[in-house]
Amino acid sequence: MSQTVLDDISRSRAPVRKRSRFGDVLFRRSSLGVAAGLIALLGLMVWVLAQNGDHVLAHFGIHFFTGRSWNPVTETYGALPFIFGTLVTSAIAIVLAVPVSVALALLINEVRLGWLRNPLTVLVDLLAAIPSVVYGLWGLFIMVPWFDHTVEPFLAETVGRIPLLGALFRGNPNGGDLLSAGVILAVMILPIVTAITREIIAIVPNELREAALALGATRYEMIRMSVLPYARGGIVGATMLGLGRALGETIAVAMVVGNGLGLGASLLRPGYTIPAVIANEFREASSIGFHRSALLALALTLMAIALVLAAMSRLLVGRTAKLLAGGGTAEGAAAPSAPAVSG
Amino acid sequence: MIAVEPSLQRARVSPVRRWKNRAFTAALWAAGFLALLPLVFIAGYVLAKGVRALNLDFFTKEPAAPGQPGGGIVQSFIGTGIIVGLAVLFSVPLGIMTAVYLSEYGRGRVARSVRFVAEILLSTPSIVAGAFIWVLVVVTLGSFSALAGGIALTVLMWPIIARAAEEVLRLVPQELREGALALGVPRWRVILRIVVPTAGAGIFTAIMLAVARGLGETAPILLTALGNDFINVHPTQPTDALPLRIFNYAQSPIDQWHTIAWGGAVILLVGVLLLSITARVLSNRQLRRTR
Amino acid sequence: MRRIEVSGLSAWFGANQVLHDINMVAQPRAVTAVIGPSGCGKSTFIRCLNRMHEEVPGARASGKVLFDGQDIYGPDMDPVEIRRRIGMVFQKPNPFPTMSVLDNAVAGLKLMGGGNRSWLDEQGERALRAAGLWEEVKDRLHEPGSKLSGGQQQRLCIARALAVEPEVLLMAEHCSALDAASTLRIEELIAELMDNYTVVIVTHNMQQAARVADWTMFMLSGEVVEYGPTQKIFTRPDNKRTEDYVTGRFG
Repeated sequence: MSQTVLDDISRSRAPVRKRSRFGDVLFRRSSLGVAAGLIALLGLMVWVLAQNGDHVLAHFGIHFFTGRSWNPVTETYGALPFIFGTLVTSAIAIVLAVPVSVALALLINEVRLGWLRNPLTVLVDLLAAIPSVVYGLWGLFIMVPWFDHTVEPFLAETVGRIPLLGALFRGNPNGGDLLSAGVILAVMILPIVTAITREIIAIVPNELREAALALGATRYEMIRMSVLPYARGGIVGATMLGLGRALGETIAVAMVVGNGLGLGASLLRPGYTIPAVIANEFREASSIGFHRSALLALALTLMAIALVLAAMSRLLVGRTAKLLAGGGTAEGAAAPSAPAVSG
Repeated sequence: MIAVEPSLQRARVSPVRRWKNRAFTAALWAAGFLALLPLVFIAGYVLAKGVRALNLDFFTKEPAAPGQPGGGIVQSFIGTGIIVGLAVLFSVPLGIMTAVYLSEYGRGRVARSVRFVAEILLSTPSIVAGAFIWVLVVVTLGSFSALAGGIALTVLMWPIIARAAEEVLRLVPQELREGALALGVPRWRVILRIVVPTAGAGIFTAIMLAVARGLGETAPILLTALGNDFINVHPTQPTDALPLRIFNYAQSPIDQWHTIAWGGAVILLVGVLLLSITARVLSNRQLRRTR
Repeated sequence: MRRIEVSGLSAWFGANQVLHDINMVAQPRAVTAVIGPSGCGKSTFIRCLNRMHEEVPGARASGKVLFDGQDIYGPDMDPVEIRRRIGMVFQKPNPFPTMSVLDNAVAGLKLMGGGNRSWLDEQGERALRAAGLWEEVKDRLHEPGSKLSGGQQQRLCIARALAVEPEVLLMAEHCSALDAASTLRIEELIAELMDNYTVVIVTHNMQQAARVADWTMFMLSGEVVEYGPTQKIFTRPDNKRTEDYVTGRFG
């Protein structure tokens, strides 16, 4: 240890026990205070949002969530278009990202990659580090024009002709729309869904894999028999976490979603999401009237949904981990057989 | 008893099974390729388009009038420095103290609640944190400010540092603590002088990760610091930040501002990626050392 | 002929060589035991016989293992096929936890393309009878495999291995996690199975080897010290080290 510590030790050997105990208690209480402060912070956040969001909810009631018309000038606040847009873009993101994430997690964990594994893992994590405004910038100037000129007309021509399903892909794509926002979100949530799925897959005991392999199973069959059945709950949990992330994403979405207030079946039309409207309107939201309260009520809603998803995800992932770690062995496997080798 | 002669039909692996296996493996590789494609494209375009905007003026001058050539976004860099600097000032001590409590003292209900709350805060959308501070600080104080921006980022960075630092503190071997305590050193000294410094490198890495996150956030800063076309060093006045400027310029109708937005994006991207990669490399090295 | 001929088998974990030039023969319709102190490489050795060793990242093996006249390490050989013909039972019973007892038994058969439910049920019963488990589980066929006792689980794993009709049965310290009664049960089973299979067992329990095996191979530090009829190894071994081990002077 360093000299200063030794000095401390010799000084603290002096018979002043009371002083060091005081120091201990003070330090302990301070750290507890700070840690508890985190809880207070969350509480304060919920309280502030609820306090301020309350006005508009008290006035409009359930119509706040079901109303289709949002107009601060006339003080009409129906948030349905935003709820719709948020749900649709997140749904697109989940549908696109989860299969790719699970496949990616299986690729990294189950396939023999050798030197490739580390760089691959790092690259996927880097996707998570890219700031959302950079995603938005790229989305706005590169992806959306490409979608408008190539992808979306193609979709409208092909899938758009199929009855029922085609209704999703109709219309004249121009500028940002729900589909573009959904695709960008898919890329943004890919890393976290992959990371959690990898964690779950890693907990599956190796013995189960070996049992399948020793029976003469191919890798595909081994994954189907030994890995996926047990990882199912955890994958759902990972999906929820991804969903929570998608719901709350503001900037990238605001830049590519088109900011349109209409409600319709087509994904190729501009849409709007809850975070986007908060970001776009807060500047004009004065405290007179309900505008500010409306935006804060939206923030509170977002918080509540993210909270529920996070809690459910934790539950599912935790339950799967417990099942895998503790499962498999029953009562009756006694202590190892009597030691026959003496000496 | 089981038949002695093995059934010849099942002696070979059926081609269907082999084909399924191959198709499956190909699908996994395809997913890997698909996942990395955006990374390559984004990094590529940002670099290609952004480098064009970089010149000395970009880093040293304030914006010119719309349509006029020249000018830069020096205020964004300074503003980001101030806002993130404030956030670090607040969140590092808070985060470390929280981590110390969780790792050194925390058992039982309080510690479990703190961890749970930290996880909730980590999954809170950043715009919600922004809205919260907007009401709490901006509206109360009457103006947008760098301070509010710093506080908003603290809400996001505090739990990140707390959780990462807790993990690092836990890795410090128990023998080290016990050895010091056995010498009669008071507990708080053991923690501050021995445990925390031992975990020092890991804590530094945790801070790097939090800063990488804070640098890239736009939404909370939008709602709290608002932005500014000019340099501002007063923490109580509206201040600009790099992600914010990119956000505004990208959505403007002026081409020249688009170019500047790309320039800002390349600086931001490189900075954040460098921080993330360095943090990772450092933490891998630390892990290897503790083994 | 279902004998296994090992010549020049060496194995590595990364740069660490754990098996050095093993030569031996596992006779058909007989039990061969591999004994030796912990860490001598016997588990690695047996895992090389069905190419499970290479499933560990960084692990490799070289040399020849002739089964039915063909080298299983040959360039055209498919490990998947080999593992169907050379079956394995592991140290710790590993039934698939959420599959029923019956489904566990026929798990391997389902992989091969199954067949209808009644045929599978028939095969499952045959395998469970062969493993001496049928009487105990015939009323519990649809309960999860993990609900059985340790000894029953291990016999279930044996049934599962037998169901795919292998020619060889490798048993990797299959009793070390079981109590004495279950161990004895399984030894009796092995004595029966020996009539129809080539059996290789790895055990740290010398009494078991002496009871059950026709041939014994003694290993030390990744090498074969001595290999011969069990009687000889335990009563008149050629090698001093063998004698030291079997008389308990070390191990």
